[in-house]
Amino acid sequence: MKQIKVNAIKNGTVIDHITTGKIRKVLDILHLDGTDIVMIGMNLSSKKLGRKDIIKIENKELSELEVNSIALIAPEATLIIIKDFEVVKKSSLKIPEYIEDIISCPNPKCITNEERIISKFKLTNDEPAQVRCIYCEKKYLIDEVKIKN
Amino acid sequence: MKNLISMRDLSKKEILYFMEIAELIEKGELIPDMKGKLAALLFFEPSTRTHFSFATAMKKIGGQTITMRGTSGTSAKKGETFADTLQTIAQYAEIIIMRSPVEGAARFASEVVDIPVVNAGDGANQHPTQALLDLYSIMKTQGTLENLRIGVAGDLKFGRTVHSLVQAMSEFHPKFKFISPSFLKMPAYIKDDLTEKNIEFEELSEMTDNISDLDILYVTRIQKERFADLEDYEKVKGSYILEKSMLKGVKKNFKVMHPLPRVDEISTNVDNTEYAYYFQQAKNGVYMRQAIITILLGGVK
Ligand SMILES: [Zn+2]
Repeated sequence: MKQIKVNAIKNGTVIDHITTGKIRKVLDILHLDGTDIVMIGMNLSSKKLGRKDIIKIENKELSELEVNSIALIAPEATLIIIKDFEVVKKSSLKIPEYIEDIISCPNPKCITNEERIISKFKLTNDEPAQVRCIYCEKKYLIDEVKIKN
Repeated sequence: MKNLISMRDLSKKEILYFMEIAELIEKGELIPDMKGKLAALLFFEPSTRTHFSFATAMKKIGGQTITMRGTSGTSAKKGETFADTLQTIAQYAEIIIMRSPVEGAARFASEVVDIPVVNAGDGANQHPTQALLDLYSIMKTQGTLENLRIGVAGDLKFGRTVHSLVQAMSEFHPKFKFISPSFLKMPAYIKDDLTEKNIEFEELSEMTDNISDLDILYVTRIQKERFADLEDYEKVKGSYILEKSMLKGVKKNFKVMHPLPRVDEISTNVDNTEYAYYFQQAKNGVYMRQAIITILLGGVK
């Protein structure tokens, strides 16, 4: 039964198992334009999470930047790629070891907030996810940093 | 090694290499020749002592210096980006030595220019040349960096110098005593790092009775401005002033260090004791900075 639900789009990407409440942030980083066909499910029941949100986008493949950004916002999400109604790839997300240009440093004294330069962070801990700015060297929990749109 | 930006980048082996070269220079067994080399000293916040120490170091190894001062890490007001300013300076000089209130400014500079960059302090973040000269001073007075008992007193919350020192010493199995008022304690992230590395530390609120088993006491200034209530300042102040009378019964190898300038946290009656080491410490800074510049400019064959 589940198979049918997931395969409801012909070609495109499904972002499944998004923790409820995080879907807005995920949509923000997806750079969808007015013509994209998007289906959104919220508060669906889920064996894994109890409740979950889901996004299905027709004819879209996510960029590496988008995938990494989603990993930061909703690390528990599953990424499913659909071709001709078939699941061709299913992968869980992983926060990259090195995060470039996705998040901004919360430290107001950091050079990244003084100059127009690309932010760079290193993942220092997985659970809970924690990153260190390579410039000011401050450590932050993922929930403390702002994800750029 | 191309740049010196953060103690975090240095391995134990590299730290010891800096010590070794500083010692050779001090003993006159290595005489660096930096003739024809120019160091650009970019000081975007005033720091007379650090500037003076670097300029002295560069001149003692035969090099020359130019200084650019400013109030901010950027020249944006003049319409030039910080990156452009750095690129231009890199055309004139062989090495950039930079002090900035902006955290990460030296790291950024090292990404922009091809010549070596030395971080001479970036806001509350790092001051690696100070950490290395502190380690050199400890090494000289104790003969080793391993297994020492180190007391750190004063403002442990905001003191960048003590944070770097504690981080840098962590490689050498120390035991720490942190002596401070309760609201100026060592930050949790530093203590977490120590716990992770199984390094013992105690947190205390008084110097008296707590220094007799130490090899090193590193004293820093408590700024009046940190206190919301001046009365509180007057109350605790005395607990963090080192007096000659407190030095009875200390170990023979005991030394008192201080990054300078001091205000009144070390009484002047300590200066003439065999335990005072803060002025030699400043002198060691020049040897260490000579070593740093020489190493980065490829002057050690
Ligand atoms: Zn930062």
